[in-house]
Amino acid sequence: MQLMDLIFYFFAVLIVISAGVVVFSKNIVYSAFALLFTFFGVAAIYVLLTADFLAVTQLLIYVGGILVLMLFGVMLTHKLISVDIKAKPLKLLPASIITAMIAGTLIGIFSTTQWKTEVNFDANQLRTTTDIIGKSFMTTYLLPFEVASVVLLVALVGAALLARREKTKNKV
Amino acid sequence: MEKFLVDIFGSEITAYIIIAIIPLIFIVPYALFAVWLERKVSAHMQDRLGPMYTGGWHGWAQTIADIIKLLQKEDIVPAAADKKLHLLAPYIVFIGSYAAFAAIPFSSEYIGSHLNLGIFYIIAVSSLVVVGLLMAGWSSNNKWSLFGAMRSAAQIVSYEIPTALSLLAVVMIAGTLNLQEINKMQSGWFWNWFIFSKFPFVFIAFLIYFVASLAEVNRTPFDIPEAESELVAGYHTEYTGMKFAMFFLAEYANMFAVSAIASAVFLGGWNSPFGDFMSGPIWGVFWFVAKGMFFIFVQMWLRWTLPRTRVDQLMYVSWKVLTPFAFFCIFAIGIWLML
Repeated sequence: MQLMDLIFYFFAVLIVISAGVVVFSKNIVYSAFALLFTFFGVAAIYVLLTADFLAVTQLLIYVGGILVLMLFGVMLTHKLISVDIKAKPLKLLPASIITAMIAGTLIGIFSTTQWKTEVNFDANQLRTTTDIIGKSFMTTYLLPFEVASVVLLVALVGAALLARREKTKNKV
Repeated sequence: MEKFLVDIFGSEITAYIIIAIIPLIFIVPYALFAVWLERKVSAHMQDRLGPMYTGGWHGWAQTIADIIKLLQKEDIVPAAADKKLHLLAPYIVFIGSYAAFAAIPFSSEYIGSHLNLGIFYIIAVSSLVVVGLLMAGWSSNNKWSLFGAMRSAAQIVSYEIPTALSLLAVVMIAGTLNLQEINKMQSGWFWNWFIFSKFPFVFIAFLIYFVASLAEVNRTPFDIPEAESELVAGYHTEYTGMKFAMFFLAEYANMFAVSAIASAVFLGGWNSPFGDFMSGPIWGVFWFVAKGMFFIFVQMWLRWTLPRTRVDQLMYVSWKVLTPFAFFCIFAIGIWLML
């Protein structure tokens, strides 16, 4: 599986470099656009792990939703209303504690997971994951699924409330 | 098709590269033809003749001359533009629209990739286009470009919801996201097409899909991102030469992609309307392209018939008309399938 290794390393390097740009770039718009390549690379890694549904969802949610919203936010404030957005380190101590905790968790998960190191291209094994995911959402994981949807609903209501025009006290 | 190509070239990689290039070989002549058609359609609707001289017969070579002219143009990058992003944006837009072709079945024997997630993949990967448009608008450092990009992104993001929901209505009936499988289920006569099943709910879903897809590809009546009376040319105002041609190509590729999805999901794709009459892998390409071109013609027809909507009307149509009706269709079809 020489070719697969090559593809994996290509996307791994893409993710690391673009993530570096996201973190170290002085220009916040570059950071936001570099995220595109990070998300795309992560989706490719999901494909290599034969998690096709997750890969496409990654593209849909992160590139189509979150990244576009972030770009909107950055552009509206940066260019149209000319607010200065600075990209510099703040509050180094709490940030490094939180980063260390996240890094510890990730390394822990990384070392305990049984990774698929060989991609098995057996046509019978590569069946669609959509129906399996759907069934487990509706049976085993029904409660977390519903709780997540309620959380999203609350976020929607909150956003609508914040964006609503405030009632002026003294009517003209 | 894959096996055949692997046998000819003796290498899987060559075969897959050829499979990946086939849609491009289709898109470029198609775009040249569609631009010419658009000019002729618009001209005849306005009681003009349109291009008549280049090439002799009804100016058929006009767009070929145009593209040669575009190739020779100087590539101008505005001094205040962000050079890297300005260079990258047209390619990202084109990659986004071309990637969708990987899951479109042109015939029973040809599909770029046998993805189980076909439709879902197409919806997801076309979001790259939005990022490319925002990149183009921002990097041009021009207010018109930026406003055009913002409008375009807001519009595409809003209309993705009714599009996805109306396609979901068919996916519920078919029980698969694979476009090739969905096409196989619609074989036989035209009344087996999904547009006529569970009447009238799938038909409503089809109308919702068509209206939303017009907005997704920025066509009139939803072409406010490039409203020339207010925004010059929208996000590609500052682009010249081949980069501009890239945007144009991506736009026409997108028009075909949405028409192809409409015909594959609702109108039987590569299936012949008349049972076994003129059916088979080669005729499949004919029927598929014919159905796609029909929708392209309808898009042009609407463009030269309807006036442009306002931004608030646009958002109203998406969120208060199309989305609730799409939910209603899904609900009704769900109940019908349960019974």
